[in-house]
Amino acid sequence: MSTETPTRAAPEGPPPTKGVGRPGDRIFSGTALAAALMILVTLAGVAFFLSIEGWPAFTADPEEIPGDGGFAGFVSPLLFGTILVSALALLFAAPVAVGIALYISHYAPRRASKTIGYVIDLLAAVPSVVFGLWGLQVFAPYLGPAFYWLEENLGFIPFFAGPVADSGRVMLTAGLVLAVMILPIMTAVCREVFLQTPRLHEEAALALGATRWEMIKMAVLPYGRSGVISGAMLGLGRALGETLAVTLILAVNPTLITFNLISSQNSSTIPANIALDFPEATGLDVNALIATGLVLFVLTFAVNYLARWVASRGFSGAAG
Amino acid sequence: MSVPRDERTVAGHTAVDRSAAPDSPENVTVRPDSSGLTPELFGTPEPSSPPERPADTGTGLGQSGKLPSALPPALLLLAAGVSAAVLLLFDTWSWTGTAALTALVYTVGIYVLARAVEGPRRAKDRFVTALVSIAFVLAMAPLVSLVWTVASRGAARFDLQFFTETMTGVVGEGGGAAHAIVGTLMITGLASLISVPIGIMAAIWLVEYGGGPLKRIITFLVDVMTGIPSIVAGLFAFALFSTLLGEPGHRSGIAGAMSLSVLMVPVVIRSCEEMLKLVPDELREASFALGVPRWRTITKVVLPTALAGIATGVTISIARIIGETAPLLVTMGFTVGFNFDMFGGRVATLPVFTYDQFVRRGLPPEAFVDRAWTAALTLIIIVMLLNALARLISYLFAPKTGR
Amino acid sequence: MSKRIEVNDLNIFYGKFKAVEDISMVIEPRSVTAFIGPSGCGKSTFIRSLNRMHEAIQGAYVTGEVLVDGQNLYSPATDPVNVRRQIGMVFQRPNPFPTMSIYDNVIAGYKLNAKRMNKATADEKVEKALQGANLWNEVKDRLSESGSSLSGGQQQRLCIARAIAVEPEVLLMDEPCSALDPISTLAIEDLIQELKAKYTIGIVTHNMQQAARVSDRTAFFNIAGTGKPGKLIEMDSTTTMFSNPKVAATNDYISGRFG
Repeated sequence: MSTETPTRAAPEGPPPTKGVGRPGDRIFSGTALAAALMILVTLAGVAFFLSIEGWPAFTADPEEIPGDGGFAGFVSPLLFGTILVSALALLFAAPVAVGIALYISHYAPRRASKTIGYVIDLLAAVPSVVFGLWGLQVFAPYLGPAFYWLEENLGFIPFFAGPVADSGRVMLTAGLVLAVMILPIMTAVCREVFLQTPRLHEEAALALGATRWEMIKMAVLPYGRSGVISGAMLGLGRALGETLAVTLILAVNPTLITFNLISSQNSSTIPANIALDFPEATGLDVNALIATGLVLFVLTFAVNYLARWVASRGFSGAAG
Repeated sequence: MSVPRDERTVAGHTAVDRSAAPDSPENVTVRPDSSGLTPELFGTPEPSSPPERPADTGTGLGQSGKLPSALPPALLLLAAGVSAAVLLLFDTWSWTGTAALTALVYTVGIYVLARAVEGPRRAKDRFVTALVSIAFVLAMAPLVSLVWTVASRGAARFDLQFFTETMTGVVGEGGGAAHAIVGTLMITGLASLISVPIGIMAAIWLVEYGGGPLKRIITFLVDVMTGIPSIVAGLFAFALFSTLLGEPGHRSGIAGAMSLSVLMVPVVIRSCEEMLKLVPDELREASFALGVPRWRTITKVVLPTALAGIATGVTISIARIIGETAPLLVTMGFTVGFNFDMFGGRVATLPVFTYDQFVRRGLPPEAFVDRAWTAALTLIIIVMLLNALARLISYLFAPKTGR
Repeated sequence: MSKRIEVNDLNIFYGKFKAVEDISMVIEPRSVTAFIGPSGCGKSTFIRSLNRMHEAIQGAYVTGEVLVDGQNLYSPATDPVNVRRQIGMVFQRPNPFPTMSIYDNVIAGYKLNAKRMNKATADEKVEKALQGANLWNEVKDRLSESGSSLSGGQQQRLCIARAIAVEPEVLLMDEPCSALDPISTLAIEDLIQELKAKYTIGIVTHNMQQAARVSDRTAFFNIAGTGKPGKLIEMDSTTTMFSNPKVAATNDYISGRFG
C-alpha cells in the first residue's frame, strides 16, 4: 500500500498520547497562531475603531450633520450613489469579462491566451489614481458626443434626461471607467472557472456534433454559472470600495439622489465623499465621515461574504 | 497543440442530407496554463449532467457548405470600408464610429453568410466568435489609450529635476517629486516590515499547524480582508491612532503604513499559503524521519523550498499597495518637503502627490498637471518593474522539487 | 548499532478508525524482515508506527507497546522526535532536499538539528555514509551539486545515505524500490544485504520476489475487508513462508490467488 501520510489534515478523534513537548515547537507554533489570530483581531479592530469614532455621528443632533434627517439622511444619497455607480460598472463589465474569459479558455490559441491573460493582468496593476486622471482628461471628453447623442435620441428615458455636462464628468463615465477597473478580477475568476469545466463533458458535447458555441452553452456555462456569479460579486465588492477614480471623475453633489446618468449633477459615493472632505474636515464632520466608512465596510463585507457563499454553494450544494 | 480546426470540408454543395453530417468533432481547445489564481473558493466541483444531443436543424440549402477561410478577414475589410464610407457620407466620421459600425456590419454579415452557406448552427457559432472577439477589443482599447496617454503626457516633466527636487518653496513651475518618491519608499518599506512577518507566520499556521473550525474561520476572514476597501483601511488606521493617542486629527507615517498593512497582509497570506502547499509532503516526511522537530522542519526545509515563491508573492503584494492613494490621503495627507519622522506629521507619497498636484492646481495650471502626469508615469513604471521582478524571481529561483 | 525490536499487542488508530489490530512480533538485530500483504492491509501503517511517523497525522494514536532493546517507544516520557533520531526511514519516492547539495543532504540529520561538528568530522561522516550506501564513487567529485541532479536510483541511495549517516539503531524502508527501474532496484537490494551486517532492517514491499530475495524473515499482513483493521496473519523465516506456510491465506497470497 503506498503511503500518503498527510502531515496536516485530521480525521477527528481522541488525541495521541503526547510525549515530551518541545519548547521550540511550542514557541514557534504559538507565534504562528498569534499571527493567524491577528487577522481576527484586525478585522474586529476595524469594526471596533470605526464604530467608536463614528458613534458621535450616529447619536448627534440631526442639525449638526450636513444634509437633512441626521445621519441617515446624510449617508443615504452617498449610499445610493455608491450602489448606482457600482451597478453600472457591473453591468458593463460582466458580459465583457465573460466574453474574454471564454475567449481565453476556449477560442484563442495557447500562446495568445497567455499573452491576453498577461495583458488583462496589466490592467489590474494600474493604480486607481491613474485611471482617475485618464478618465477625467481623456475618456470623459471623448464620450461627450456620445452623451449628446443619447440625450437627443433616448432622452425620454430618465437615465439619459440630460442636460449633458460638457466636461463629461458624469455618472456614466465613472461607471464605464470602474467597469474597466474591475474587469481584470472578474475575467480572472471566470477564466479559472471555465478552464475547470470537466473535459469529459466538453468532449461529450463535441462528439455529439456540437459546434464550439453549442458545446460552451451545454457544458461550460452551466458548470461555471455559480463561479461567474461569484466573480461578479467580487467585482461588485471592488467597485463599491473604489475611491480615487470616482473622486477625480465625478462632479458631485453629495446630497443628491438622481438616476440621471449624463447630467452635471451627480450623486456622490461614500469613498469619494470621504476623499474629498476628509483632509479639511474637523470635529463632528470627521466622525460623520468615519461613520459612512463603517457603513461601506459593512456593505462590502456582506457582498464579499455572499460571493464566497455563492461559490461554495454552487458546487457542494445539491449533491452534498 | 493546434488551434481548433473547423470541420472537414465536404466538396460540392448539392443538397446532401441532414446537417448532422460532416461536422467532425473539433479538437478540444487547448488549455492555457492557469495564471496561478487558485479558486479554492470553489471547492470540489459537482459534475453537471452530460449534455443532450443538439436538435437537428433540418435540411436546407447547401447545409454542408463551408465558408472559405479567407472570407472572414475579407469581410472585415469590406465592413470597414463600407462603414467609413457611410460615415463620411453622413459627415460624422470618427475612428470610434467606424470601428463600431465595422463591428456591427461584420457581425451581421458573417452571420447572414454563414447561415446561408453553413447552416444555422455554424452561423451561430461564428456570430458568437465575433462577439467574443469584440469583447476583447473593448477591453484592450482603454488600456492602450491609458498607457499611451500616461506615457505621452508624462514625458513632459520626466527630467532629472523631477526626481531630485521637492516642492518646497515652489509656487509654479519647476519643482519635483523627490520627497514623494522617498516617502513612498519609506512608507512601503514600513508597511512591508509589518505585513511580511505577520503574513508569513499566519500562512505557516494555516498550512502547517491549523485545523478545525478556527482554520476555517481564519481562512474566511483572510478572504474578507482581501475585499476591504482601501479607504476603510485608511479610516481604520486614522481612528485607531486618534483613539489611542487621544489626538482628534492624527496624521503620521506610521498610521499610513498601518493602513497599507491591513491591505497587504491578506495578499501575503494568500500567496504564501499557495507556495507552502506546493512544497511536497515527502520533504516534510523525510525531515520528520530524521528526527527533526516540526518547527525546524518548517524553517529549514519547507521555507527554503518555498522561498522563491514567497518572494514573488511579497513582491506582488508590494506592487498592489504601492499605488494606493485613498488610505494615505486620509492618514497622511500631503506635504511639500521631506519628512523622515514616521511618527509625526504628514508624509508625501507619490500617489497622493499625483492627486494633489492635479486637484489643487495653482498657476500656471499646466505646470501642476504636467507634474501630476509625470508622477503617474513614474508610478506605473514602478508597478510594472515590481511585477517584472516578481516574475523574474519566480523564474530564476524556483527549485526543482523532484519530478 | 542494531537493536532488537519487540512489538506487543499493538493497535493503531486514526481517530475512531482502527487501522491495524493486535500485532505482536519480534525482530532480531542484524536481520532483514520483510512485510508483505495486499494493498491497504496496514503494513505501511505498521512500519510507520515503529518510528512514530504515523503521528504526523493528527488524531493518530496507538495502544500496546513497541520495545526497542527493552525501551518502550510509546511510554509517555518518550519524545517522538528522539525516537526518530534512532530509527531511520527511507520512503517510496526518493525525497532529497531540493535546496541542499548532496553533501548537505547526507549530513542533514545533523545540520537540521543544529548539531555542530567541525568540517573534518562532517567530511568523514559523509564519506562513510555514502560508502555505506554504495554511492560514494559516483558522487565523490560532485558533492556540492544539488541533490536533485541525480538519477532516481542514485537519489534513493542518497536518501539511504542520509538515513544511515546519523547512525540509527534500526532502518525502516517503506517500499523503497517501487519508484525505481530494475537495475536500480537490484543495486538497492544488494545494498540491503550489506547493510544487514550493521543494522536491523524492516522493509515493506509489494513485490514478493523482492521479499524472497532480500529478507531473512517475512511477516504477512492481511485485511478481512475494507473498513476492517489489518492483522498479522503469519510470520516466519522467509524460506518457510515461501515454501511451506502454515496458514492457508498466506499460501493463497504467495501463490498469487489474491492480492
